Amino acid sequence: MDEIKQSKVPSGNIAEKWTSYKDTQRLINPANKRKLDIIVVGTGLAGASAAATLGEQGYNVKVFCIQDSPRRAHSIAAQGGINAAKNYQNDGDSIRRLFEDTVKGGDYRAREANVYRLAEISNNIIDQCVAQGVPFARDYAGMLANRSFGGAQVSRTFYAKGQTGQQLLLGAYGALSKEIHNGTVKLFTRREMLNLVLVDGRARGIIVRNLETGDIERYSAHAVVLATGGYGNVFFLSTNAMASNGSAAWRCYKKGAFFANPCFTQIHPTCIPVHGDYQSKLTLMSESLRNDGRIWVPKNMSDVEKIRKGELRPADIPEADRDYYLERRYPSFGNLVPRDVASRAAKERCDAGFGVNASGLAVYLDFSEAIERLGENVVKARYGNLFDMYQEIANENPYETPMMIYPAVHYTMGGLWVDYELQTTIPGLFALGEANFSDHGANRLGASALMQGLADGYFILPYTLQNYLSDLIREPAVSIEETCFAEAEKQVRDEIARLHAVGGNETVDSFHRRLGKIMWEKVGMSREKEGLQQAISQIASLRDEFWHQVKVPALTIGCNAELEKALRVADFLELGELIARDALQREESCGGHFRVEHQTADGEALRDDEHFRFVSAYEYKGAIAPEMYKEALDFEFVELKQRNYK
Amino acid sequence: MNFTLKIWRQSNRNAKGRFVSYAVSDIDPDASFLEMLDILNEQLVLKGEDPVYFDHDCREGICGACSLFINGRPHGRGEGTTTCQLYMRKFKDGETITVEPFRAKAFPVIKDLTVDRSAFDQIIQAGGYVSCHTGGVPDGNAILVSKRDADLAMDAASCIGCGACVAACKNASAMLFVAAKVSQLALLPQGKLEAEKRAHAMVAKMDELGFGNCTNTYACQAVCPKHISVSNIARLNRLHIKAGFKGTGKES
Repeated sequence: MDEIKQSKVPSGNIAEKWTSYKDTQRLINPANKRKLDIIVVGTGLAGASAAATLGEQGYNVKVFCIQDSPRRAHSIAAQGGINAAKNYQNDGDSIRRLFEDTVKGGDYRAREANVYRLAEISNNIIDQCVAQGVPFARDYAGMLANRSFGGAQVSRTFYAKGQTGQQLLLGAYGALSKEIHNGTVKLFTRREMLNLVLVDGRARGIIVRNLETGDIERYSAHAVVLATGGYGNVFFLSTNAMASNGSAAWRCYKKGAFFANPCFTQIHPTCIPVHGDYQSKLTLMSESLRNDGRIWVPKNMSDVEKIRKGELRPADIPEADRDYYLERRYPSFGNLVPRDVASRAAKERCDAGFGVNASGLAVYLDFSEAIERLGENVVKARYGNLFDMYQEIANENPYETPMMIYPAVHYTMGGLWVDYELQTTIPGLFALGEANFSDHGANRLGASALMQGLADGYFILPYTLQNYLSDLIREPAVSIEETCFAEAEKQVRDEIARLHAVGGNETVDSFHRRLGKIMWEKVGMSREKEGLQQAISQIASLRDEFWHQVKVPALTIGCNAELEKALRVADFLELGELIARDALQREESCGGHFRVEHQTADGEALRDDEHFRFVSAYEYKGAIAPEMYKEALDFEFVELKQRNYK
Repeated sequence: MNFTLKIWRQSNRNAKGRFVSYAVSDIDPDASFLEMLDILNEQLVLKGEDPVYFDHDCREGICGACSLFINGRPHGRGEGTTTCQLYMRKFKDGETITVEPFRAKAFPVIKDLTVDRSAFDQIIQAGGYVSCHTGGVPDGNAILVSKRDADLAMDAASCIGCGACVAACKNASAMLFVAAKVSQLALLPQGKLEAEKRAHAMVAKMDELGFGNCTNTYACQAVCPKHISVSNIARLNRLHIKAGFKGTGKES
């Protein structure tokens, strides 16, 4: 196992690193920027903000999205808010504190310098979004309002009702639309990236499938920016959108980009429970609900049984017979513990038999106390759209009876390995937002994904990409007629032909569901050695079965949803195995990665800083097992502690 | 539950479409409309038939991708919901359900139930933003915004760009869509400077792309999954008239 040493973190005090980077990075004059082409894949917060800003700076940008419009990227679904260290509430917040909370929330598995930069930039993001006309919530004095989120003891989360992601994305989409209008950005919709093109070891183009015509298309550039989100859908059921997938990143991995910390996946504690085999996705209920909602299960098994039979309503159970288990176990953070802690605690209660729905996999999120304290109108103003959404799905009125919730896969902290410049191990290939691994360690705090996506796109990449491109100003555009493009296209065509040729009798969704079941049961909220070993061999045999039994209708031209899904699931069947391998080697519990063998006497995650204080980064080796490299995590500016939310 | 589905099938932009009937059975009342279509599609795939192509993504009512015209109404029967939030318990067992794409001149059918709504992107590109660039902006609290204006702007900004307003309108007008964006930005001091120019440019683009005019039937408001109010159209009209008088729309 080798070590990665080139993370390119600038030297000096943590508070000065980013400033000194910006002061010394190389610049490109406007006349030369016009000669440089950049491909941005993905139009979520990271992709849209990057494409817009690069366009403003004068580069020729080509931006690609899988949906019919860039406005539909899955950032749109983020509900609760975005963190920033403004300290507008005068409650003791600072850049330093946001930095420390994020490092601690990530269970000390993130790169310190990246996290500090994120906290530093957080304030610029709020200013930028306000200037774009993002309608953040305000108080009666006209100033920006804040709320609290898990893992923090200050109110630093800015929000726009329960639709913060939507509003921030529409702000970035507006900026992107402005640049499309100005002619600096060209938009390609309904395109899915299926291969990366390398010229002399540098990323110089992509191969995409046009989802409307079925054509395989080639695009060239001086650099490729990946902002394609996470791989949570490897679990089949997740809060991700249906089209969210890991393929673009995975295909870059297979071209030589290292994949880091794949086993760091986040299970969100407050989602609507699973209710049937036909179910296609899970719906998140924002973490902001934990500001006022109290989580509980009955104390007595007899009450649980009556509830399941419908003989007792939750409201009938007296206060004394309720177990507010988060408040009991973590008195100082209570219902606002980080996501990994809240998820495991729900699982612990349900595993002990106290789950409150028919399947035994649900706990209550109760607003009766908040409604009594604040009045129904205030609760409605804060969470109205979330309550409506719950009522539509669950067919129950959460103003009258507690919500039922259960953890679900939500976010992936792992992703392509990037250095301080957000560059992968392939020169000229950059990864932003959820697609990279860098800022959230082993667990992401609520309201930090939006912050990271926009930090990367608006304020980091435009600097670091310039530093890279300054070497390439004399480099002409590469023709898409070059052999390397033809070869990359052929790989894609061959794979599609192979899928069509299988001619089996099982649908893609059926394989995806089976993969999801293995992942959820053995590589989900709690993991142990034996289960992980079983998962690795089960995924391998499922993959084999897929390539012998899958049925993909062979429409050679035009839209083919089954082919779209088959290509993604084929990649998930490989990625799932890498997640399990990574989880197996990481013999410690940290953040979202919980190994049953490594826990304290009272069931808390037990980290092993001596042996596992590193980022694992994998290099693709074809048919043989991938090679793992380690990036040691040195904490110069925060003290490593066992996380304690008690 | 059992249903008969009459679904619009059209193999590409230029092909002639037709209704095809399908039977689905044993559907759980708590399944969503799209999950019911997933079940149908799995059956079609196994039978070697071409599955029904429809746009969908987040399946929680926020991305605006889903766009089905169900029993004569965009997004079906639900009030304030998208197609993906429509559950089969809202239908009668044994019912025949007609499923069509959103129809409008400016939304050509791509395949089956999927239409091309890139005209909406083009309208936004014509001016649906504040023209600030990244960086160099004032502190977020430097310009105060009254809570009332911020809340009204947020209500208008809830638009998900699904196009139900266009599909419901007998003129296939995009006025509610345009008005929502124009209002959001006009209500905020950050967007006020360009408000008249923006209104003029977006309406001109809407006309150019083949959307119809508004004749105040309010069908758009009735079907909007996000309850966008037609009062935004009044605000748009005021700005548009002002732009006409003052010539602010013509500024480059």
